[in-house]
Amino acid sequence: MLETLTTFLFGRLSLESFPYHEPILVATFFAVMLGGIALVAALSYFKLWGYLWKEWFTTVDHKRIGIMYMILGLIMLLRGFADAIMMRAQQAIAFNGSEGYLNAHHYDQVFTAHGVIMIFFVAMPLVTGLMNYVVPLQIGARDVSFPFLNNFSFWMTVGGAVLIMASLFVGEFARTGWLAYPPLSGLEASPDVGVDYYIWALQVAGVGTTLSGINLICTIVKMRAPGMTMMKMPVFTWTSLCTNVLIVASFPVLTAVLVLLSLDRYVGTHFFTSDMGGNPMMYVNLIWIWGHPEVYILILPCFGIFSEVTSTFCGKKLFGYTSMVYATVVITILSYLVWLHHFFTMGSGASVNSFFGITTMIISIPTGAKIFNWLFTMYRGRIRFELPMMWTIAFMLTFVIGGMTGVLLAVPPADFVLHNSLFLIAHFHNVIIGGVLFGLFAGIYYWWPKAFGFRLDPFWGKVSFWFWVIGFYVAFMPLYVLGLMGVTRRLRVFEDPSLQIWFQIAAVGAVLIAIGIGAFLVQIAVSVLKRNQYVDVTGDPWDGRTLEWATSSPPPGYNFAFTPVIHDNDAWWDMKKRGYARPLEGYRPIHMPANTGTGVILAGISTALGFALVWHIWWLAALSFIGLLVVAISHTFNYNRDFHIPVEEVVATENERTRLLAGQV
Amino acid sequence: MTTTVEAMHGGHAGHDAPRDATPPVFYVRDEHAHEAASTALGFWIYLMSDCLIFAVLFATYGVLGTSYAAGPTPKELFDLPLVALNTAMLLFSSITYGFAMLAMEKGRTAQTQGWLAVTLLFGLAFLGIELYEFAHLIHEGAGPGRSAFLSAFFTLVGTHGLHVTFGSVWLVTLMVQVARRGLIPANRRRLMCLSMFWHFLDVIWIGVFTYVYLMGMLR
Repeated sequence: MLETLTTFLFGRLSLESFPYHEPILVATFFAVMLGGIALVAALSYFKLWGYLWKEWFTTVDHKRIGIMYMILGLIMLLRGFADAIMMRAQQAIAFNGSEGYLNAHHYDQVFTAHGVIMIFFVAMPLVTGLMNYVVPLQIGARDVSFPFLNNFSFWMTVGGAVLIMASLFVGEFARTGWLAYPPLSGLEASPDVGVDYYIWALQVAGVGTTLSGINLICTIVKMRAPGMTMMKMPVFTWTSLCTNVLIVASFPVLTAVLVLLSLDRYVGTHFFTSDMGGNPMMYVNLIWIWGHPEVYILILPCFGIFSEVTSTFCGKKLFGYTSMVYATVVITILSYLVWLHHFFTMGSGASVNSFFGITTMIISIPTGAKIFNWLFTMYRGRIRFELPMMWTIAFMLTFVIGGMTGVLLAVPPADFVLHNSLFLIAHFHNVIIGGVLFGLFAGIYYWWPKAFGFRLDPFWGKVSFWFWVIGFYVAFMPLYVLGLMGVTRRLRVFEDPSLQIWFQIAAVGAVLIAIGIGAFLVQIAVSVLKRNQYVDVTGDPWDGRTLEWATSSPPPGYNFAFTPVIHDNDAWWDMKKRGYARPLEGYRPIHMPANTGTGVILAGISTALGFALVWHIWWLAALSFIGLLVVAISHTFNYNRDFHIPVEEVVATENERTRLLAGQV
Repeated sequence: MTTTVEAMHGGHAGHDAPRDATPPVFYVRDEHAHEAASTALGFWIYLMSDCLIFAVLFATYGVLGTSYAAGPTPKELFDLPLVALNTAMLLFSSITYGFAMLAMEKGRTAQTQGWLAVTLLFGLAFLGIELYEFAHLIHEGAGPGRSAFLSAFFTLVGTHGLHVTFGSVWLVTLMVQVARRGLIPANRRRLMCLSMFWHFLDVIWIGVFTYVYLMGMLR
């Protein structure tokens, strides 16, 4: 009787679900709890809850949402990196009969969580955050097309992250690898909640990502300032457009394939089971039809960042703008025609493998064109070696190595040898760290002064840069060697003692990267403390070329008091060159969207729904589902979603900027 | 977008102004476009993303549709006259939604509401027949867990049915909103979105009817 009741109330959740027998997790739990309590106490002590709720959580301002995405990504980076350094430590010591310090149950969760978190909750939020912040400014818009949806998308991403973090302390995470291939992820091999956490975390976050993709496409297509034709858009906006097209055209596939997997797990269907006609390779195909475009979703905006940075810090117009745009579009299309290169060993035959091998190699052509465009932009430019430019140069060197090992892997016979080896691991870290992460750092350093009105401390930035770059090479070059020796991925213990030295070198590299991350955090703290020293009142600290530098730093809520008119690709550069004078009068009230808490509430309920489904707490699932419907429908009954910023406020804001600019001269 | 360009620095506006002439116009005073302008495009893109979900389900059915696992085949299971009736219900509902939109264009609130109600009835009839078909199949032991073919069948057809259910809930919501506020621009925009959604489901159903039912009978 009691048992029926607890099963009804808590589903599969019981005291045994809490991993109190794992000392590492208990210690982490207490550290997180202490940190959390300290944070809550501090926020309460300084009475910041109301401010946070009114000004940040419920905001529809694309800039604040962008900043919140960045914060989410950076917090999750710490979690994802903790997983990474745990793996490096385990692999460095698990030799000569030693089992290391992680048992298989825990180790398998660690490598799965590392991959999932780094892609979905680090790279994606950081990329989305930058696009959210920068794109409307670059196209001279006041906000995105659907500001409420933007807020909702962000909180859904948070909801997914919350579910993954919950799996650390309540139950367990998947032990399947980051793409959760069946039949391993099926009910028979993984009956526990790990895969369910995986599914619902990605589903909740995936809704947010898809909606944010639709939102940014509409923004770029519909909200551009007058005069900005497609071929006058800044390159970052172009790459963002292509990325969001990729998002909208690939995330539904992920949603669908995860639905099919969850049907197999919850309803007993036979899509990917080994019996009753199911076909596990169908899952592998479908998930890579999403998965390959996904890597371009991450890298394309970074290509855009590098383009902006290179042309700004070389003081030149970007070389080959048109070819850059077409290269981006071609990559967008080709990214859909290569998915099978992730499993040449499936055995689909020589013709199919050749097709996908060749399409894969073709992608290196537009990518190579981009590298040359950046090189030619630098050629005879006045290069300023500020931090964004340093990351860009580190990227160009590193990414070329990663690209070449990628082309190597694209050759099917070579891939049969290297498939699932550490060579592959080294390759994709080479392009994701060397491309995406370096790009994100370049972007963060480049746009930080825009977002906060002061620059980041260059000394600690350089410390971080050198530790990151050197740490990357020390950590991943040994993996190429190990991969060529035939070591496969995801191993926990090793037999052959001659391999140990390479893993030890890699572990040293991970430590160097850890110092790089630490230096980055120190840098932010130091810069905030010394912000008066690094302050920039012009709004244009780098002598920028695109519209975001035309307004103040940080920009006012409405971005631009008057909608700019564009005559050139480098619109702001053009304005500066041709005697643009900032208008000082004639302001008008500005029509803006109003804040709303609905996004937070909907995402909160969705997270509860995910949790209920993970643990089979059916009453909570039903209740949250009804709650979702009720809240969503009630929201549509609210027709008053905007307001006007009164003209006095606009005048006050703009006069303040006039005063600051005058003080500067 | 119509903009009244106010030249702030004298001289005339335009891209072709020679470089050395007076500075060109660098800003306008007007308000920029708002949410409403992007809704149609945004909704189209959403529909296309939804279409991709169906594409995945169709592809899955294409791959697994003959994996009967020694279980029943389409020929043994499908009742074409019933499905034809079902199809008629959905197609009629699309036509009546079209009539509702025509009435909306003329600003006739009562007529719009009437046609929306008829659409809802057809939609519910469609769902009723589909549920009957599903119950019948499950009763015969041909449920979604019987074989990969039936898993794919139930998921594809059921996802469409879920969409129609969702569309019906949406339809009721919009009828309440029209009753409360009449055919104001916001409501017209919403009715247009639901219209696209409803017709989209029709197109998907034609795919289902052809690919799953008709071609299933030929196997």
